[in-house]
Amino acid sequence: MTTPTKFVTSRAPAKEVIKDASMVKQKEMMAAHYDRLTSAPETGDKVAATFVPGNLNELIMCFDLLNNLPEVNAIQNGLRRVSGSYVLEAEKIGHSEDVCTYVKSDIGMMAKGNIAPNGRKFPDPDVLLLSYTGCFTFMKWFELLREQYKCETIMLHTPYMGDGKITKNMIEYMVKQLKDEVIPALERVSEVKFDIDRLREYLKKSAKAEDDLVRVLQSAKAKPSPIDAYFGGIYYIGPIFGAFRGTQDAIDYYRFLREEVEDRLAKGQGPVTPDGDMGKEKYRLVVEGPPNYTSFRQFWKMFYDEGAVVVASSYTKVGGVYDFGFRHDPDKPLETLAEYCLGVYTNRNLPMRIDMLVNYVNEYEADGLLINSIKSCNSFSAGQLLMMREVEKRTGKPAAFVESDLVDPRYFSAANIKNRLESYFQMIDQKRAGADAAA
Amino acid sequence: MATPLNHSATADVVMRANALFEDLSFTSAREWKAAKSDRKVIGYMPIYVPREIIHAAGMLPLGIVGGGDQLEVIHGDAYYQSYICRIPRSTIELGVSGRLDFVDGMLFPSICDVIRNLSGMWKLMFPRVYSRYFDVPQNYRDDIGGNFYINELAEFRHDLGELRGKPITDDELRHSIAVYNENRRLVCDLYAFRAERPWQAPAAEVYLVVRAGLVLPVEEHSRMLRDYLAAARAEERPMRDNCRIVLTGMFCEQPPLNLIKSLELSGCYVVDDDLLLVTRWLTGGVEIEGDPLQNLSFAFLHHSESTAAKYEPNQKEKGQHLVRAVKRTAAEGVIFAAPSFCDPALLERPMLQRVLKQAGIPYIAFKYAENSGQMQPIREQAGTFADSIKLWSGAA
Repeated sequence: MTTPTKFVTSRAPAKEVIKDASMVKQKEMMAAHYDRLTSAPETGDKVAATFVPGNLNELIMCFDLLNNLPEVNAIQNGLRRVSGSYVLEAEKIGHSEDVCTYVKSDIGMMAKGNIAPNGRKFPDPDVLLLSYTGCFTFMKWFELLREQYKCETIMLHTPYMGDGKITKNMIEYMVKQLKDEVIPALERVSEVKFDIDRLREYLKKSAKAEDDLVRVLQSAKAKPSPIDAYFGGIYYIGPIFGAFRGTQDAIDYYRFLREEVEDRLAKGQGPVTPDGDMGKEKYRLVVEGPPNYTSFRQFWKMFYDEGAVVVASSYTKVGGVYDFGFRHDPDKPLETLAEYCLGVYTNRNLPMRIDMLVNYVNEYEADGLLINSIKSCNSFSAGQLLMMREVEKRTGKPAAFVESDLVDPRYFSAANIKNRLESYFQMIDQKRAGADAAA
Repeated sequence: MATPLNHSATADVVMRANALFEDLSFTSAREWKAAKSDRKVIGYMPIYVPREIIHAAGMLPLGIVGGGDQLEVIHGDAYYQSYICRIPRSTIELGVSGRLDFVDGMLFPSICDVIRNLSGMWKLMFPRVYSRYFDVPQNYRDDIGGNFYINELAEFRHDLGELRGKPITDDELRHSIAVYNENRRLVCDLYAFRAERPWQAPAAEVYLVVRAGLVLPVEEHSRMLRDYLAAARAEERPMRDNCRIVLTGMFCEQPPLNLIKSLELSGCYVVDDDLLLVTRWLTGGVEIEGDPLQNLSFAFLHHSESTAAKYEPNQKEKGQHLVRAVKRTAAEGVIFAAPSFCDPALLERPMLQRVLKQAGIPYIAFKYAENSGQMQPIREQAGTFADSIKLWSGAA
């Protein structure tokens, strides 16, 4: 189970890609989901498009709907290096060069036939569940998709945690939307009656998988860390942030993953990288912001080549923050969905985000904070320079800043990023040398 | 202001409004505050906050819409990457440079992720100032979004009551609603007058006079609006052979004044726009009798402007506000002018353009920043647009 597997990728025939068994399993799950989605016209399954933050998968499953996540599709297109042409296509039909490249990748993909990663056409969604959480762009994105698909669109508005707290008013507002608008609309579209006990069952399963996910993420407190909580973490969050939260498949996957990680932990091993075991852990970092997907492996390699491992990241909390205690609670099914949506990382105000990063630097005994600032993601990026200074000030650890984009290959400058990273690692070395001299 | 002004009643009003516009130290608001020891000033950013509640607390609502093209941004750029719009960096500059040191509170309305995140930055950078992210519902049912909004308003009312040391009464709120109803009516009268006779009320003048309402006490601003309207009606000015356009996309970061002037100089009369929407966000009078917060909520949900920061639940309604504005003002085209990196305006634009295309309304689009200095390309683009409308619109 824990033996890393070698794969040969289609784009890099000369290079073997090493994956954990859990990564292989994750890939199989994602592929199976894409097959289910693209088979919907034959199976008669109905499809709900929705977003990762505030993803109400348990509720969607209550109506026998399949979950399709446009950000995940954009990520897949980025990893497969086709997003660049989709972005250009969207710009050609009038979308600004300044806006979110997830949106443009999605619009461009639609314009070019809406082909899923398995090579088959995506079905048109039967409903757009606009879970408006933590990102303004979501609202415009689904207004744009609604124009194309002309299907029912359901808005679930999640208030922002501007004062750093969840209020009774926020919960009541969200529960009322769920009860009076979201659920009746989903019943209408799906022709399936809502069963709250079915929702409770799914929520119970969610909580189990969430427990294991947290154990995996927190394993990075060990030295050496058995996982990379950013690059590897992106594989780990795939099922729970996507179409699997609330399923037995997710429970099985996260148990399997936890056992795999615990095995590595017991053996004192570091993370598995695409080039095999990472080798000696030299730097422990906390990373803020999403990665670049068009050069994902190249970006990761810049870290592991230097012995740098990411021990905690904010991006792996964008579809749910579980490591500070929140779990989906079957005893208060609608309230728990509201709390989940309210608590996702990008719906937290800047002071809360800074507190989280400071906590990670301290708890995971990191050498510092690295911010990958994304050109077309204001939700993450606006304010990051202040965040960097605050984290440096409170932890006394150095921070660094690199810039790229989500799925637009034009904004990934490998030489610049590598240069910055190398300087940053030197800075950490100097800081350590200074601390040793003072001791 | 660079434009020479005649010594007329209109010019006098515009000169005063221009002085307020150019004053980046907010002297008039400072003087208002200094006149009484217990006075407080609450700043707010675009697009909308219920200024009635601030007024009811005896405080001055102060609109902060960035630093414009006259503010040298030194510190602000250190807080933002190059791919983020300009208004937050110049607003930070205003704060860090002490220009807002007399402001007791700041409101950051729900408009986009940048202003949203600025609310958290303000809490960190100016911890002694009351600062609030002002959330509004995207659900327009009275029993859902309405209840949420009323509770948000009640919390805000409570906070301002605490700040002044005395709760805000319903009667104070009713009085403030009446005062702002009058102000909104006057702004709408001015817009209607300009739509009717745009040569009598040039866009730059209207902009300055309306913008004065961001810094003046509302009663004084209403007097200014009355004075300007009376003077503009009385003063005959030559009518040019301009086309009539609606300007859209400028609801947050403000264009340089020269940009607005350039549009008219290039042959476009601006007959409607979405500049400074806070002054006419609520499209009718707010009911005065009854529960004031409920009335403010009802007006927000059912009688407020359409803009990119709002969700449009009805696909058929999407963009129709623009078509209606064109018809109402007998406009001949639309100019989309959006600040660079403005997510709401730029994401919205393709949808609105498709609606205009279906309605057979011509349009052009460009981007700007509040400190854009080079107007020649915009003048050429707008001039060509005006020419094409004049040459071809009748041929259809």
